[in-house]
Amino acid sequence: MAEVIEREEQAPEVPPSPSLTAKEAKSLLWTPVFDDNPIGRQVLGVCSALAVTTKLETSIVMSMAVIFVMALSNISVSLIRNHIPSSVRIIVQMTIIAALVIIADEAIQAFAYNISKQLSIFVGLIITNCIIMGRAEGFAMKNPPTHSLLDGLGNGFGYSTILIVVGFFRELLGSGKLLGVDVLPLVTEGGWYMPNGLMLLSPSAFFLIGFFIWVVRAWKPEQVEED
Amino acid sequence: MQNDSIQKTIFVAVALCLVCSLFVSLTAVSLHDIQKENKRLDKVKNILIAGGLYDPSVDVQSVYEKKVVPLLIELDTGQILNSEEYPDGIDADTYDLKKMAADPTFGRSVDPGKDIANIRNRPKYIFVYKVMENDKLQRIILPIYGYGLWSTLYGFVSLGNDLQSIQGITFYEHGETPGLGGEVDNARWKGLWPGKQAFDDVGNVAISVIKGQVNPKSAKAKYQVDGLSGATITTRGLDSMLKYWLGNEGYGRFLNTLKQGGVRG
Repeated sequence: MAEVIEREEQAPEVPPSPSLTAKEAKSLLWTPVFDDNPIGRQVLGVCSALAVTTKLETSIVMSMAVIFVMALSNISVSLIRNHIPSSVRIIVQMTIIAALVIIADEAIQAFAYNISKQLSIFVGLIITNCIIMGRAEGFAMKNPPTHSLLDGLGNGFGYSTILIVVGFFRELLGSGKLLGVDVLPLVTEGGWYMPNGLMLLSPSAFFLIGFFIWVVRAWKPEQVEED
Repeated sequence: MQNDSIQKTIFVAVALCLVCSLFVSLTAVSLHDIQKENKRLDKVKNILIAGGLYDPSVDVQSVYEKKVVPLLIELDTGQILNSEEYPDGIDADTYDLKKMAADPTFGRSVDPGKDIANIRNRPKYIFVYKVMENDKLQRIILPIYGYGLWSTLYGFVSLGNDLQSIQGITFYEHGETPGLGGEVDNARWKGLWPGKQAFDDVGNVAISVIKGQVNPKSAKAKYQVDGLSGATITTRGLDSMLKYWLGNEGYGRFLNTLKQGGVRG
């Protein structure tokens, strides 16, 4: 936890002006996607990125759930930020996040039952996703609701970008499919593609996230940390 | 009131809890029926898949009602119960295998020496499903479960009306490694099952899931199914699971009851 908060203090401060310029809005939304990606740059929320990305479909549903939770938790925390006693602020944030996660989980079970079976406990575990806590504590506590909503959406998109990229490659290379549709015909079904079993195991997500970070830092060398 | 005063802290905590619980309960209550229906339809769909009746373009519920008859049996005796004899708390629509196995009244523990499928508990009463065509028994669908490498696999195996040949196998819940043990879901592998013989000439369980590929020339080929490559332990689990459930500890007595009663249905 301490680590999360410490990192959040370095997050770009937005002047708490109630009006929001188009430029600020754009920066709140897009900075977390490549320039300050919560997984790629801050290395938070990696656990779920390993667990749910064996298929593209589960990655997409998980991303939607996280975007929903993060956007609404940021707004809610921001709306009551001036009334939260600092002694219980973490608990207050957790309660809001937990309630939203349960709502998301119930909705997935009702409207995407098959996917909910595959995601199993990982939707519930969004509660412990450091990115969401980090944004609530590090951003929504200090900024007005519109800023916080955009920040929540932006970080949600950043998380989703990685999940979807990783899910895309793991499903394609590991099972020869995309969204359950055969793309590369498998040897076991009379085709030519020999699936890479490693892609279906968690370590492959580490490699893919590593590649992602490499590519982004080659493209934006200012992200490279000095030793 | 100061933000950090005790009164304000308690007020914020209580108000927040009330608001959050209101939202959570509203969602849970309003979605409960849809979720319950999803679970039931999922189970029905799996019964139809095991019975070879599943067709994505047709409404599963109507096919189920037309062709499938649930039958409650007492596992230890192999007796079939009429619907008037159902114990309180059991009915076909809400029957939950996992809950029943763990239930102190409706479940019992399995003798560790005989527990080859590694299931520890099993229900006393279990629903099997008859597939009927023009009032004649076509297939019988039996729920099976057992431990693989990481998880308990839950599924169904179906036998033809000779109560001898396997017609299909399917698993509706498991947590095996995708691509290895998870290939129990692979249609090609499931396609190896129909036509295999579950019992030998004297009625002992003969079906086995072997490591590697079945030699089609072998005399035992009709009793053997290819294992899953790269998933030795899941394969072994499948083998034990079938031996357990088709054997005397599992559905053996019930299948005898059915044979003695004639296979009219």
